[in-house]
Amino acid sequence: MTELMVDARNIAKQYGAIEVLKSVNLQVKRGEVTCLIGPSGSGKSTLLRCINHLEKHDAGELFVDGELVGYELKDNRLFERKSSEICESRSEIGMVFQRFNLFAHLNVLDNITIGMIRVKGLSEDAAVAKARELLRRVGLVNKEASYPSQLSGGQQQRVAIARALAMEPKLMLFDEPTSALDPELVGEVLEVMKDLANSGMTMIVVTHEMGFAREVADSIYFLDQGVIEESGEPQQVLSNPRSERLQNFLSKVL
Amino acid sequence: MTTNGDITYRVVPVRHYGRWVAAAVIAVFGAMVIHTIFSKVPTGQVACATTNGVRSCHGVMEWRFGWDVVFQYFTSPLMLRGLLTTIELTLMAMSIGIVLGVLVAIMRLSPNRLLSIPAWIYTWFFRGTPVYVQLLFWFNFAALYKVLAVGVPFGSAHFFTFNTLSITAYVAAVIGLGLNEAAYMSEIARAGLISVDEGQIEAATALGMTRAQTLRLVILPQAMRVILPPTGNEVISMLKTTSLAAGIGVIELTGAAENIYASNYKVMDLLICASLWYIIMTTVLSIGQYYIERHFGRGALRNQPLTPIERLRRDLKGIAGKMHTTRPGVVR
Repeated sequence: MTELMVDARNIAKQYGAIEVLKSVNLQVKRGEVTCLIGPSGSGKSTLLRCINHLEKHDAGELFVDGELVGYELKDNRLFERKSSEICESRSEIGMVFQRFNLFAHLNVLDNITIGMIRVKGLSEDAAVAKARELLRRVGLVNKEASYPSQLSGGQQQRVAIARALAMEPKLMLFDEPTSALDPELVGEVLEVMKDLANSGMTMIVVTHEMGFAREVADSIYFLDQGVIEESGEPQQVLSNPRSERLQNFLSKVL
Repeated sequence: MTTNGDITYRVVPVRHYGRWVAAAVIAVFGAMVIHTIFSKVPTGQVACATTNGVRSCHGVMEWRFGWDVVFQYFTSPLMLRGLLTTIELTLMAMSIGIVLGVLVAIMRLSPNRLLSIPAWIYTWFFRGTPVYVQLLFWFNFAALYKVLAVGVPFGSAHFFTFNTLSITAYVAAVIGLGLNEAAYMSEIARAGLISVDEGQIEAATALGMTRAQTLRLVILPQAMRVILPPTGNEVISMLKTTSLAAGIGVIELTGAAENIYASNYKVMDLLICASLWYIIMTTVLSIGQYYIERHFGRGALRNQPLTPIERLRRDLKGIAGKMHTTRPGVVR
């Protein structure tokens, strides 16, 4: 077992003529929280989406838990993995989206159990029991029969976190989890995420919440125009930024 | 009444004289229509009878709309058999239409052009020709191919052959209506599928669902909300379009009416009789559609609207409640 949960080396990604990621390196250790910060369009979300293969990277090597993402190396050639294998590895990585993306036609309980039952093959009873336990953990015990449209943004995002945790992931990806929330609802979601970080979950968080990054992150990466401009421990990155771009960025968001 | 301090004024609503006149004209016209529908006219014949040695004669009257004939045939075996055939045709054609239509829609949305272009051609062709012509085409298909066979492409070995002369009018109607319907249903299904938010698909993918699972468990159930209303419309439309099958000799509801009036010349009476059946069936379908749409609409609205029956019950309760609490106000 390697010490690194995510090891991205020289990752590049293009959309047509636009280079979204240019030779990005990212190393995330087991049990650590990594925050990706940077202006919009800097490639943070794309990098995150490459990690569970929602996007295909064009160049570079990307390992999750010691295995290549999306490919298999045999006889010096990269073979694309079958979609069933990719689905299986995705099921071990939880993802939380900016716009929650709860299944609108399912109530809270079904949103959480659908992955356990349909993907992991759990029995309905086991899935429901696990879902109730998770709802207690995110503080939404009495909401299991509600539909997403009946919940506040903060409640929806906590359900989304519970849905991801239900798959017992080894890694959690958060794509700007609080950016679509009213200011007074941000706290309840960050609270759940802090709990999760304290429980030893490996997390990669794209965020604009500098306070959260400073408090919870083990390391911070600053991306700008598809390049990692600066990275390191929160104290160093946020308090003593070296590059002018990061100084500029921090002066705008802090 | 509105209150200003402790003085209560009476509010006088605006008088809409124009509306009242219009309403009166429409009411009179409506009364005339209803009167003429249920009026009797003289037949020109005279009937005489002798009672207690007194002979009396009077002109014979009959319903203008032939209601006695309408209800004489309303439940006649021939009409009922026709009704059953109409329902069968509708069910089978719609089943083919929905299944094939969803399939064509999924093909149309495929990134693979070898799937999406044939799907587009299918819709283009079947929407581009009249359904009655298509019915005639399938009924006369034997003129084009005597047998249909499944075998080695371009080879001579056959596993399965089918004699096209055995395509009856009934089968031609089911095929023709079904294939035509699939073209329209595919556009309806496509609109539904692309209406589902991309984020839903991403969330399903991130959970590790396969493409098929995502389609079946996440996209289709949500697309249903968009697909259902126009599909209900299509069912109602199909119910009446099946009357075209009478043109190739299928004795469905309209065909049965035609057969009967061909022998007794009561053309209008039997057309009214058939129309009554059509309108009863479309009414039943509309009610069913309302409840099915309600079922698939859950989660889309914060609160489910009340059904008409629930609303009626609430209103009745409201009136009863008011009766108890009404107090005379102070008017100055």
